[in-house]
Amino acid sequence: MFGFHYRLERKAIGLVLAIIGVASIGGIVEIAPLFTIHQTVEQAPDMRVYTPLELAGRNIYIREGCYSCHSQMIRTLRDEVERYGPYSLAVESKYDHPMLWGSKRTGPDLARVGGKYSDEWHVAHLNNPRAVMPESIMPAYAWLSRTALRTDDLGAQLKAIRAVGVPYTDDMIANAPADAYGQAAPDSPDAEGVTKHYGAATNVRAFDGVPGSLTEMDALVAYLQILGRLTDAAHKPVAAVGR
Amino acid sequence: MIGQLTIGERQFALVMLLALAVIGFAIAVAGRDDLLGGHGALVILVALAGIFAVIHGYYLPAPSEQRFERYYDDPTKVGIIVAMGWAVFGLFVGDWVAWLLVYPELTFDAGWSSFGRIRPVHTTSVIFGFGGNALIATSLYVLQRTSRARLPDQLSPWFVLFGYNLFCLLAVTGYMMGITQSKEYAEPEWYADIWLVIVWVVYFSIYLRTLARRKEPHIYVANWYYMAFILVVAILHIVNNLAVPVSLGHAKSYSSFSGVQDAMTQWWYGHNAVAFFLTAGFLGMMYYYLPKRANRPIFSYRLSIISFWGITFFYMWAGSHHLHYTALPHWVQTLGMTFSVMLLVPSWASAANALLTLNGAWDKVREDATLRFMMVAAVFYGLSTFEGSFMAIRSVNSLSHYTDWTVGHVHAGTLGWVAMITFGAIYASVPWLWKRESMYSARLVEVHFWLAVAGTIVYVFAMWNSGIIQGLMWRTYSESGTLAYSFVDSLVAMRPYYIARAVGGLLFLIGAVVGCYNIWMTIRTAPRTAGEAVSAKPDSVLVGTPALQPGE
Repeated sequence: MFGFHYRLERKAIGLVLAIIGVASIGGIVEIAPLFTIHQTVEQAPDMRVYTPLELAGRNIYIREGCYSCHSQMIRTLRDEVERYGPYSLAVESKYDHPMLWGSKRTGPDLARVGGKYSDEWHVAHLNNPRAVMPESIMPAYAWLSRTALRTDDLGAQLKAIRAVGVPYTDDMIANAPADAYGQAAPDSPDAEGVTKHYGAATNVRAFDGVPGSLTEMDALVAYLQILGRLTDAAHKPVAAVGR
Repeated sequence: MIGQLTIGERQFALVMLLALAVIGFAIAVAGRDDLLGGHGALVILVALAGIFAVIHGYYLPAPSEQRFERYYDDPTKVGIIVAMGWAVFGLFVGDWVAWLLVYPELTFDAGWSSFGRIRPVHTTSVIFGFGGNALIATSLYVLQRTSRARLPDQLSPWFVLFGYNLFCLLAVTGYMMGITQSKEYAEPEWYADIWLVIVWVVYFSIYLRTLARRKEPHIYVANWYYMAFILVVAILHIVNNLAVPVSLGHAKSYSSFSGVQDAMTQWWYGHNAVAFFLTAGFLGMMYYYLPKRANRPIFSYRLSIISFWGITFFYMWAGSHHLHYTALPHWVQTLGMTFSVMLLVPSWASAANALLTLNGAWDKVREDATLRFMMVAAVFYGLSTFEGSFMAIRSVNSLSHYTDWTVGHVHAGTLGWVAMITFGAIYASVPWLWKRESMYSARLVEVHFWLAVAGTIVYVFAMWNSGIIQGLMWRTYSESGTLAYSFVDSLVAMRPYYIARAVGGLLFLIGAVVGCYNIWMTIRTAPRTAGEAVSAKPDSVLVGTPALQPGE
């Protein structure tokens, strides 16, 4: 073995090929089957896609680096299930490009935070976390309420995420900016389109409490309120979740 | 700098910089409605600065033919200085981030300075800015000495060095503007990623072209590690960053992978960025500078073969230990855990090889803080690889994951191993490069050493404490069978440790500033002389092992 190596280390290209070959095996064995074994991701026929407003909120969540302190992955451990809710299923993040499972809980897990608090609570908390939770060490995100949400490129955003596999229809893409506006303006004519495209259960309300204007706060709160609620699969008994 | 380029290289540099300026202009126009436009302007500025520099030196006399008799070390010199600059910046931001967890109001009510945006500024600055520049600088130095060959040309090393720093600059400014992919340690967006691939291909071509002209029949072990670092980081980077941009005028892209497949790909990348960026590359550094400084040959040639291939093979399986008890299929978690435990064998083989090399030179370790930096680095390498294998065990991970213990573990590796071996290598090579007997002040090296050790220990102990307390509080049940502590209870309990951590980081930062001053004074007082002659004789320390003698 050492004799072989003694010859190998005299050949630059041989060494290069050996390194590539040896290093590739682990990834091929562990990653490739995840795309081919059907049991990897459960079936959830009720799973819906993010609305344009929720997707914009998700992009704000990414932009602000929320994932560096908040996980979105409840592990299969008793204390986590009791603290945060049913453990996370793979299907719940199948439209997440990229996933936001996180790696650190400086703050609590958010996988099932949707619906747990009111919109008013979220807005107050994001404006000044210490106003609602004196011990909090989260930064304040007050400028989100002052910043208008960019909607003109939401169609392009949906198109791009469709290209990587999320089933948005042409209708959804064409109406993306209007749907984003309508979801935060329940009394406007645009609101109807939202429920038409994304289902009757979609949250349609003025998330930041101000119906007329669409801010980044609207988008982020809309996203936080849908976390864990794109499908009910995790709440069903294990046997009922098809694989 | 420009004076060392041949006339042809100066012209080619101008063409490349003009092309870069055009690309920057195209980005600025296409992205004028997006954050991308800002980066286009940044690229234009960088290209114009480069064009100005080349034109400024364009009519300098062409370099003489005698240059082929000397190693080409100027890119290494600049790389070391740039690395120290990134170190101070990255450590400063790191300490700021640490204080944010104590005083969350230190953000000026603005987006750019909030925790979530400047935390990746810290990680990118120290890992890629400091670590990456140190690797590029030392690898070019080591490659030439161990091959007894000069770099193939004068232009490509500068392209790699400046191109790489442009990538780091795009990354760091992007986070503060709000441009990020959110993939940890792979945050830069698609255009920066493509640029890094180009830089990386040139980097590797320098390696192959220099090796092709080597006068030493064997490729020295340090180069195996540097090559594994370059090659595998390229594979990881390309696969993990596959994404579809919203449009050519948008900075934003959507990852090709989602959910569970994305999680596995991301941590296959993330863990092996640790393996091949923060371990393999720096082991290459260790395999050259430690024996040279100790003036002792590497303890065992065979042990270095076993540990090299063990690390190259086992590490790539270990990423899934970041996903224990998640929605990742159980079999992948188990594979990751198994290989993580096995990984201890080649890791400790490397650490042992380093420490046993010091046998017969321990008196030098006591007297020479530079060598002591490298010795302590090897010890921390052994400690943190043990800790890593331990934390990868599923039941241990159930406690440690999501807590500060992970943060402590990472910093034991990065402060204790990566930064210490780098400071050791830099303190060894600065006097060699600038033709001095020794550093400006041995005392200040000593001061830096103790600040670095104290800072690391304070930091790591604080995070062990906070992490384990956090993990225990989250899973403690009261007698009535309910969870005993709310999340906020655990947060309040962290405060003293967060203060201690920030103090530890501050000590480490002060040490790096002292190091910068010492390096600066060494350079300032250095005589102006020609570079080191390309050696006709093999280096006695590096080929001193009996195993390499037969057949020559």
